[in-house]
Amino acid sequence: MSNVMASNVLAPAAPLPQAGAARTAEPQAPSRSVRWLHDLPVRSALVGAASIALFVLAWHVATTWKLDLYVRFMNVPTPADVLASAEAAWGSPTFGSHLLMSCRRIAYGFALAALVAIPLGLLMGRFRLLREMVFPVSEVLRPIPAIAWVPMSIMLWPTNEQSIVFITFLGSFFPILLNTLHGMATVDPVLVRAARCLGAREAAVFREVYLPATLPQIFTGLTVGMGVAWVSLIAAEMISGQFGIGYFTWEAYSLVQYPDIALGMIAIGVLGLASSWTIRLLGRLVMPWSPAR
Amino acid sequence: MSVTSLKARVARAGQAQPPLDARSERQGRIEIEDFGLRYKTPTGFTEAVTGVSLTVEPGEFVSIIGPSGCGKSTMLNALAGFLKPTSGSVRVDGKPVDGPGADRGMIFQQYSLFPWKTVRQNVEFGLKMKGVEAAERQRQARTLLGLAGLSQFEDHYPEALSGGMKQRVGIVRALATGPRILLLDEPFGALDAQTRLIMQQILTNMWQRLKISVLFVTHDIDEAIFLSDRVYVMTARPGSIKAEIAVPLARPREPAVIMSSEFLALRRGLMSLIREESLKAMGGEINADALKGLATNFDNNDLARSL
Ligand SMILES: Nc1ncnc2c1ncn2[C@@H]1O[C@H](COP(=O)(O)OP(=O)(O)O)[C@@H](O)[C@H]1O
Ligand SMILES: [Mg+2]
Repeated sequence: MSNVMASNVLAPAAPLPQAGAARTAEPQAPSRSVRWLHDLPVRSALVGAASIALFVLAWHVATTWKLDLYVRFMNVPTPADVLASAEAAWGSPTFGSHLLMSCRRIAYGFALAALVAIPLGLLMGRFRLLREMVFPVSEVLRPIPAIAWVPMSIMLWPTNEQSIVFITFLGSFFPILLNTLHGMATVDPVLVRAARCLGAREAAVFREVYLPATLPQIFTGLTVGMGVAWVSLIAAEMISGQFGIGYFTWEAYSLVQYPDIALGMIAIGVLGLASSWTIRLLGRLVMPWSPAR
Repeated sequence: MSVTSLKARVARAGQAQPPLDARSERQGRIEIEDFGLRYKTPTGFTEAVTGVSLTVEPGEFVSIIGPSGCGKSTMLNALAGFLKPTSGSVRVDGKPVDGPGADRGMIFQQYSLFPWKTVRQNVEFGLKMKGVEAAERQRQARTLLGLAGLSQFEDHYPEALSGGMKQRVGIVRALATGPRILLLDEPFGALDAQTRLIMQQILTNMWQRLKISVLFVTHDIDEAIFLSDRVYVMTARPGSIKAEIAVPLARPREPAVIMSSEFLALRRGLMSLIREESLKAMGGEINADALKGLATNFDNNDLARSL
């Protein structure tokens, strides 16, 4: 298999001498004028834009022709409908406040989860007794999806707002905790010993070795946690919310404002993307030593 | 800047580190007496080292050579303060070793630079732990890196360095706090032969300049002879001292010394001492009868036919 491929690749590269000279000279001129096309960022941006355009086109075709291919597009709004409702929503203060509300819930829930899970994971990684005490509880609670906590959460917390933030917190808590723990378990022991030999005491080893060595894993946890936070938030808003983009999307269905469903979905997608970009950017700022991924 | 803070700075800078040549008055005697250490394993105990006694005089360069698994790292780790001896004692300048500390620098076989710190920050680490203030430790790290010819890499992260360069930075980092003793555990084992020679030269230069005591673990006979004043040969596990060999070669030693007849004589002696132990560590000589059996197979062309 690989031999066949290799010979296919090699064959045109070993032509007759005269033909070879002509061939190398010829494509050089045009390739220079479109070289920027082959620059990786430009190229991938173009391909990305094209793929999105194709998706919108397919959407447009399916909805304007009202295709019925078992999956039914009769009631699905066209891109133009959604654009129109987006313009309307942009003008009204309610849409903005829904977005703001969701972002605030994510910010509170996620920040709280990070503030609890990262130190807890670091300490659990360092102190065996704590790990042995917390781990069983976390293993029992972890498989329960955050959405399953909705009724319990409503009973636990005095206000609706608090219970939704709690759901978001739960969603991101376990990915962050487990990744931090895993990061702590994989810290290279020779680095710890090197630090001790250079006079570092317990607190300094923790701050100067364990923490930075675990940061890449912590950021993996934050990225995953942010994704799960959005999933949990939207579900919680749909079930028990009065505000928020999840509630907006569900309400649009109840009120038969179909373009708003798509608008809500797109808004959720954009917000999710923006928050994971933020985390990646933060990761690059905090870890200048690690190659960009 | 106020007068008091200036005074404090001067005082701190003064106490931070003696100049390089002032270290010669300092001690650095290693005394290991009847040292034994066994590891607890799931099935019981592993006797790693038994009854080792050795000394390193202040300013001396001593190597330990022995087959792998004979407990060289174990002994060095006990000296560094990571392991407690099960029997006997490990003392530095008369005081029993109690936990790791910056008075004993250690270089590991694995590269141990902090990946999240630049070369300069790595070198500064020990000074930072000592509480030396940022500007002062930066100055000292720069000086040391300059001496080691690493100035142009001071802002690189370790990932961008070659293996030899990483170990060089590791040595500079260990020396930055001004230790009395340097412990090296097969530090050049992962380097290619050429780089290894250069590193040996660099290490000898630094050692001569700083006059600290060095205990160097290796399994490379040439390296041990070239570097050391004395060489201890260890037996297979459980490790103990099999022989102690003085290396009377004049210093400074040029790389060409390895061709001298004195060097070769030392080499031959060490070689035979170690061969015995390495065979023991591997479970004995290859049985003559087994070799005969193998030869029969070759005669019958079994192997050739199957190929
Ligand atoms: N943590 C440990 N637990 C159990 N046995 C160990 C441990 N570390 C080393 N040993 C055993 O002790 C012996 C000496 O190990 P080591 O000091 O690393 O040898 P060397 O450095 O000379 O190769 C080896 O047989 C090794 O298997
Ligand atoms: Mg070893």
